[in-house]
Amino acid sequence: MADVAVRLVQLTKRFGGDAVGRRAAKYVPGANADEGFLAVDHIDLEVRDGEFFSLLGPSGCGKTTTLRMVGGFEQPTDGRIELQGEDVTWLPAYQRNVNTVFQNYALFPHLTIYENVAFGLRRKKVADADVRKRVTEMLELVELPGYERRKPAQISGGQAQRVALARALVNRPAVLLLDEPLGALDLKLRKQMQVELKRIQQEVGITFVYVTHDQEEAMTMSDRIAVMHKGRYEQLGDPEALYERPKTRFVAGFLGVSNLLSVDSDGTSGDFAAFKLGDGTACRVPSALVAGRKGKIALGVRPEKIRLTEPGKDIPDSFNRLTGTIAHASYLGVSTQYIVALPDGHRVTVFEQNVARATKAELWATGEAVVLSWQPDHSFIVEEAGDNVDAPGIDALEAVGVQ
Amino acid sequence: MTAEAAPMNRPRVGLLTSIKRLADRYLLMTYTSLAVIYLLLPVAVIILFSFNDPIGRRNFVWQRFSLDAWLNPLGVPGLGESVWLSLVIAFVSTLFATMIGTLMALALVRYEFRGKSLTNSLIFLPMATPEIVMGASLLTLFVSIGNPPFFPLNIVTILIAHILFNISYVVVTVRARLVGFPRHLEEAAMDLGANEWVTFWRVTFPLILPGIVAAALLAFSLSIDDFVITNFSAGQTQTFPMFIYAQARVGVPVQVYVIGSIIFLVAVISVGLTTLAGRRQSSG
Repeated sequence: MADVAVRLVQLTKRFGGDAVGRRAAKYVPGANADEGFLAVDHIDLEVRDGEFFSLLGPSGCGKTTTLRMVGGFEQPTDGRIELQGEDVTWLPAYQRNVNTVFQNYALFPHLTIYENVAFGLRRKKVADADVRKRVTEMLELVELPGYERRKPAQISGGQAQRVALARALVNRPAVLLLDEPLGALDLKLRKQMQVELKRIQQEVGITFVYVTHDQEEAMTMSDRIAVMHKGRYEQLGDPEALYERPKTRFVAGFLGVSNLLSVDSDGTSGDFAAFKLGDGTACRVPSALVAGRKGKIALGVRPEKIRLTEPGKDIPDSFNRLTGTIAHASYLGVSTQYIVALPDGHRVTVFEQNVARATKAELWATGEAVVLSWQPDHSFIVEEAGDNVDAPGIDALEAVGVQ
Repeated sequence: MTAEAAPMNRPRVGLLTSIKRLADRYLLMTYTSLAVIYLLLPVAVIILFSFNDPIGRRNFVWQRFSLDAWLNPLGVPGLGESVWLSLVIAFVSTLFATMIGTLMALALVRYEFRGKSLTNSLIFLPMATPEIVMGASLLTLFVSIGNPPFFPLNIVTILIAHILFNISYVVVTVRARLVGFPRHLEEAAMDLGANEWVTFWRVTFPLILPGIVAAALLAFSLSIDDFVITNFSAGQTQTFPMFIYAQARVGVPVQVYVIGSIIFLVAVISVGLTTLAGRRQSSG
């Protein structure tokens, strides 16, 4: 087993009915200001040494609170935090071998870029010559050499972001905590910084714990992601596993677009589990996906996994299939997004690459009858846990097809 | 049609319009100049009459230019001592009021505690109380404690009074600077290994320093020219304002105008420096 950089044991944070709790409650949908609420709810988590780990979730899911507890800015109500095997739960921030990149950079406005980056080294009484060497190296790593004498007000947001990163990394922490560091940047710069962050992480080999609400950002950079919801994480895994095999309705909706079909079990035959949709259509998924699942489940399939064909065209026997009519088509350039209405009124989202059909005339037209088909292997199964259905207003959820 | 005709029928500039334009241009300027003159005239008179060479004791009529008073600014018995006393009182009371007031402002902005809002309102009380009432009540307090009085009226009682009324002004000024102070900067400092003490001196203090300096300047100027409260708590001690008041009955010596001019110049210079420093800091 790889070494563990951060271990959270039953970590819990309850914001009580006090002034702090009331202030925090404002940002959490549905939180009761006077009774307090559980921001972080008994989390057990292990972050491996050297990995890029993301806590992903909507605002108010507890991801930032979790990070702040690891950083030492928030005291847990219950539970334990270990850094490289050492219990740091009650250590103040300045005695922990972690550094943080704050959402708003938090550069010291009265100090030059050089002194900002050197701040941590000066606290450790590192010799001047060493400070100079390490700061210079670090500014080179973040590609800002020559900015030493400027003040934070004289650089751009993207540069400030790099300085914040350098200021944290120069201390060679065991773990670097990043709290939505790219949130304030525009889209193009954000994409650029994502690549940059990953490069730097691989170069320095330090464990990154990254908090974000942006699923694409998490997918691009992370080795592993924990998808958080209501103070707990619903699923933990690498980006591919989370996307291809989401286990809950919330994860399916939060990462990408999902079509979820309510199904009834129809027994197992060989390697496949059989299901019936509401209108009696049969579907199959690998039985491994169903193993151990209890209660009501739904069958999911990603929009890009579905193939659209004309009725009567040949489709491999093993494929799952549905029939429907095109209800809406939006041309997106790379692909076209179709909303297909099933006979029972449910709607399924389908993405089709604009290759076989590329011009307006060739695209499927509204009202055309189509057959939807996909490999059983491309399905996933989510549990229909009641309290996961009311996921907050995430854009992706609006595109969730069949309810 | 009107749109096409308009350029050919250029509207003639009417009399009213041209008066309005003239007024727009000059009225505001005139008004502003008059206001500035109104504000600065007393100061100008002080500076002007500090170069006067009066006949007799009354420095009210311009006679002729002279540098006598400037070359010998403390050449009146008692003047030097009173100026020195006022400076010492202003300096010491500013120091204490700024320290106490800054700490109070920090507590009032940073922490939640019982009686916080009450303290916030009470802070305004010394500012709202008429000076004459405050002076009288302080006198009563000083003479009623102990027999013989524990606080004989002297420089100590003046200091107590000055620190008292200065604290409110310091708290209000520093508090304004602290509200909206980015707390995450302190978190960042702690994150980088600075404990509470180092965080305060390396991050918090430098960032609120402009507020503290502004508060100190205010306290200093309030203290150095206070007359009413000082008069009640001074006993036989004579500060500079009290000296002027005493002299006014027989005629204010030219040297007082010189000292006044110097104080004014020092004030102008320190305000200028503060503005400059503030501008440099905000522009990074």
